[in-house]
Amino acid sequence: MGKQLQKRTKLDMAKLPEGLEGPGFFATKLEQVIGLARANSLWPLPFATSCCGIEFMATMASDYDLARFGSERLSFSPRQADMLMVMGTIAKKMGPTLRQVYEQMAEPKWVLSVGACASSGGIFDTYSVLQGIDRIIPVDVYVPGCPPRPEQIIEGILKIQELAKNESFRRRNSDEYKKLLNSYGME
Amino acid sequence: MENQELLNKINQKLNDQFPGAVEKAELTYDFPVFYIHKDKIHEALAILKNEPEFDFHFLTDLTGIQSADEKQLGVVYHLHNMPKNYRVRVKTYFDINKPEIPTACDLWPGANWMERETFDFYGVKFKGHPNLKRILNVDEMDIFPLRKEYPLEDQSREDKSDKMFGR
Repeated sequence: MGKQLQKRTKLDMAKLPEGLEGPGFFATKLEQVIGLARANSLWPLPFATSCCGIEFMATMASDYDLARFGSERLSFSPRQADMLMVMGTIAKKMGPTLRQVYEQMAEPKWVLSVGACASSGGIFDTYSVLQGIDRIIPVDVYVPGCPPRPEQIIEGILKIQELAKNESFRRRNSDEYKKLLNSYGME
Repeated sequence: MENQELLNKINQKLNDQFPGAVEKAELTYDFPVFYIHKDKIHEALAILKNEPEFDFHFLTDLTGIQSADEKQLGVVYHLHNMPKNYRVRVKTYFDINKPEIPTACDLWPGANWMERETFDFYGVKFKGHPNLKRILNVDEMDIFPLRKEYPLEDQSREDKSDKMFGR
């Protein structure tokens, strides 16, 4: 006997931001509406170099289905991507390439570091491997695991959605943010 | 031709041409291995390649090695004659403080990248190489990572202190 397919009739909608509601109108802050839209349509740029990339493929495929969270549209051009997903060991020779990809992305942009290797070098504590991508680009969310399960990758993306949802309009123009970029030698 | 016969023939030829250049010639697990003095390595390789009797037209591999006492570096050549299926291994050792031997690029163009790799990891300078620079590691690297004097680990880590590992 096969598993019975269940038809979902109740759809989960994004929760309304805080605001003033009345008959025929709803008033809220523009920042929150934009944040809501950004969070639920993040275009990921996969930078997959090894086994974490395989887990990412499972994350994108039907079983785990990242499309449920509005991220089904992979962008293979950094110019159109919102979220850089670095999955796998980054060799030192790959470093400048990764950095260039990050610099080509348009603001606002977020970085998800998936797996032990991208986050810290992992088991590859050796002369040829970058000991964590946060040595060359700023990272927003780290996903631990070697490799992490698709559930963990989804969890990481949900955390980035939270960041996107609650980010202030002015954050990318703030001195703090500029200081952060300057500490990586970027403008 | 049996491997023993091949070994003897090559040994004799090299000894006739360059007396004293062959430091050792032996069968290792039925595989002919020659240890050649570094001053005559290029000439010996040229004979192995150009002599019609041997005709080692294919350089299977070229790599470096450091001796266990850490005082010598070596270069190992694997040669192959495909039509007759002859294979030999040629080794040459030299002082680690003066790691210079002639290039084999003029004999086998395929040696180009393999010599660059050997330079990259062991710092062997191949004289006459057209483009001797690092090939696999980053250009900024200032060590030769496969030499025993350099540590394997990345030296920029600060979170790995010995006491975490009970050392």
